Amino acid sequence: MRNPLRRYPSVLILTVLLLSLGTACGIGGDAGLVIYSGRNEGLVKPLLKKLEKAVGTDVEVRYGSSAELAAQILEEGGKSKADLFLSQDAGALGALAKEGRLEKLPQTSLGKVPAKFRGSGGDWVGLSGRVRVLAYNPGQVPKAPDTVRDLVKPEWKDKVGYAPTNASFQAFVTGMRVLDGDEATRAWLKGMKANGVKAYKDNLAVLDAVNSGQVSIGLINHYYWYERVAEKGEGSVTAKLHYLPGGDPGALINVAGTGMLKGSEHRSAALKAVDYLLSKEAQTYFSDETKEYPLAAGVTGSVPGLPPLDSLKGPEIDLGKLDSLQQTLTMLREAGMV
Amino acid sequence: MAAARVPRTLLGPACLAGAFALLPLGYLAVRALERGPGFAWSVVTTGGTAQLLGRSLALACAVVAACLVLGISLAWLTVRTTLPGARAWSVIATLPLAVPSYVAAFAWLSAVPDLSGFAGSALALTLVSYPYVYLPVAAALRGIDPAQEETSRSLGSGPVRTFFRVVLPQLRPAAAGGGLLVALYVLSDFGAVSLMRYDTFTRGIYTSYQASFDRTPAAALSVVLVVMTIGLVALETRTRGRRGHARTGTGTARPAVLVPLGRLTLPALSWCGAVAAAAVVFPLATLAYWLVTGNRSTWDPAGLLSTAGVTLGVAAAGAALTTVLSLPVGVLAARHRGRTAELIEQAAYAGHALPGITVALAMVFFAVRYATPVYQELPLLVCAYAVLFLPVAVAATRAAVLQAPPVLEDIARSLGRSPLRVLSSVTVPLAAPGIAAGAALTFVICMKELPATLLLRPTGMDTLATRLWTETGVGSYADAAPYAAALILLAAVPSYLLGRQRL
Repeated sequence: MRNPLRRYPSVLILTVLLLSLGTACGIGGDAGLVIYSGRNEGLVKPLLKKLEKAVGTDVEVRYGSSAELAAQILEEGGKSKADLFLSQDAGALGALAKEGRLEKLPQTSLGKVPAKFRGSGGDWVGLSGRVRVLAYNPGQVPKAPDTVRDLVKPEWKDKVGYAPTNASFQAFVTGMRVLDGDEATRAWLKGMKANGVKAYKDNLAVLDAVNSGQVSIGLINHYYWYERVAEKGEGSVTAKLHYLPGGDPGALINVAGTGMLKGSEHRSAALKAVDYLLSKEAQTYFSDETKEYPLAAGVTGSVPGLPPLDSLKGPEIDLGKLDSLQQTLTMLREAGMV
Repeated sequence: MAAARVPRTLLGPACLAGAFALLPLGYLAVRALERGPGFAWSVVTTGGTAQLLGRSLALACAVVAACLVLGISLAWLTVRTTLPGARAWSVIATLPLAVPSYVAAFAWLSAVPDLSGFAGSALALTLVSYPYVYLPVAAALRGIDPAQEETSRSLGSGPVRTFFRVVLPQLRPAAAGGGLLVALYVLSDFGAVSLMRYDTFTRGIYTSYQASFDRTPAAALSVVLVVMTIGLVALETRTRGRRGHARTGTGTARPAVLVPLGRLTLPALSWCGAVAAAAVVFPLATLAYWLVTGNRSTWDPAGLLSTAGVTLGVAAAGAALTTVLSLPVGVLAARHRGRTAELIEQAAYAGHALPGITVALAMVFFAVRYATPVYQELPLLVCAYAVLFLPVAVAATRAAVLQAPPVLEDIARSLGRSPLRVLSSVTVPLAAPGIAAGAALTFVICMKELPATLLLRPTGMDTLATRLWTETGVGSYADAAPYAAALILLAAVPSYLLGRQRL
């Protein structure tokens, strides 16, 4: 009887060996600057290509989600291959800073960004900002309320949409806890639930629901609206944005940012990279591609209709303090939202 | 069958494989106890752990039950009846394996937005995981000697009674093994339950990583999952019983006579069609919809092709290593039941219900400290696949070996062959179809693995699954669709070969 398996294992083992050999040959030689990027490849790859040219060394990029890459860096400890960490949010950077894994950045780099958009220990710096806003359907409601606290009122029953599993929404709730306290936040969440708030899978789905009139008001990040408008034209986007005044928790400004790892073997290249990311070219890139706010002084975005960052009245919060997400999640769970 | 003394040539490699699979547990012990047992205990006993565990178990029970019904019915229809196009159906029945759970969940959510929670999770998970039952059961059905059924029929039992009294008991090892894999798959799944917003234990572990960046609570919770897994494996061992199901007569079994479906042909076809529509056509149609409606037609065929090549390569290496490691464990579990075999088998399963991120971090932990040269290189990724998916191959090997008549091995031994020679010249060839099925299964699962691949891949390397993740991450489903489609098409190749294999 012909027996393929008797030969197969040897063939397969050979494959494994050959593959390992192939990679073994790839080892050795300096990899150059290694960046762990929690920001999406589709988004930052072209920018990092330019960065490679600007810095003048080879750049290797590992992509992943911010939280998992942060966990990986912590697990790697002092032997991490990463020189630079690009994070989607301030929380992951705050966590690395708390564990003492980030190197203090020079004042010349830090100074380019307002103090509230960088780590309080000077070990990470924000690169781009996103603002929580209310999207509303003007055909259904003439104007949105001036505070998210009002959304629990009967007039908004069954009219509000949100994305409870979205990290930005959860950061906003954490911010609300810092500002209003846990009791008030818990009451607000329960009030929202009782008021028939509708859950969607992400911010884009919330925006679509506002556009189509499924809900009248949606809690989203500002750039989703500008991306939709850039994609489809303002005429085909029914929803309008309302920036909340008076330091409302619903107007939280969060950032994506970067930090340099302690023990980096490519210090000078890493610092050059940070400076490049804060340069006009890179900052404009964020603004053009993602409609986020550039954070470096002197750079203004070119997004039509985007109000200047200085004009926004977001709450005054130390972004590094937004790392108590665990309690927020417990709260969301208790309220039956996630 | 008397449990012969365990030959050392088998025990050594089996222990090695078991130890390999226990790596994540070593890591968990280090992390969970980092701040003392008191802290770990307080994590486990607060925050609704029991409730989460209950929800996870309820989901696992429902999905396993549904998978048993789907898997056994489809296997019987495609292997043992005159179902028109049986070969094609048997290929189609294995295809859902290639659909990542989050793609299935996403497809259902985009079609039925109200679907969520328990029902939605159970639906999506059943449709992607019933092939875990279908494949081993179909292989077992092909291996069963029809003589027993004929005897049962000749003694006056009807076809239904014969199925339940004679066929089903023989399928029990295969079905139980498959059911166990489904249960562990459900326990470790994150993609589907998070999209369906059904809170499970694994989701709790993931959010613990994402929310607090603190690995200690996550590790403490993971230990609970491990304990639960060991319980499930023990339960399955009991269900399986000690019996073997091999024919003992002389000569070769002839192929079973196919049961004529007659008037039941149409209902049988509709059943197969309905499952195929829900599990294969529907996700593919969703992908097609993404492709057609997406206004960004920026996907590049060259990138797709090279990514597909890389995916095939790592998945093949992963499947090869996993299968080789599973051989001694599977043979031991089938042939030398006893305390040692049981322990090794449990070790192989122990980490299987762990979320991929936990296993990946364990590999990071060990590789960074003790195997720096392979860190973030291909060999480590292949090893991670073996740790993650060893039980899949073990289950297949064990079920296949159980169906090979031990008397042939005894004869070979009495003729002076060494145990190792018996293994390679008698046992493995007899169990080859089942082992090959396990290898193919592992291959397909490796292809769609995401969390460990993301953390352990060589920098710059992409698989179809990681591309899919990247593209959906920026919401460009149109760009993601070709990768998802390629994943399903590639997985169709081993499925096709398996479906065609009629021995």
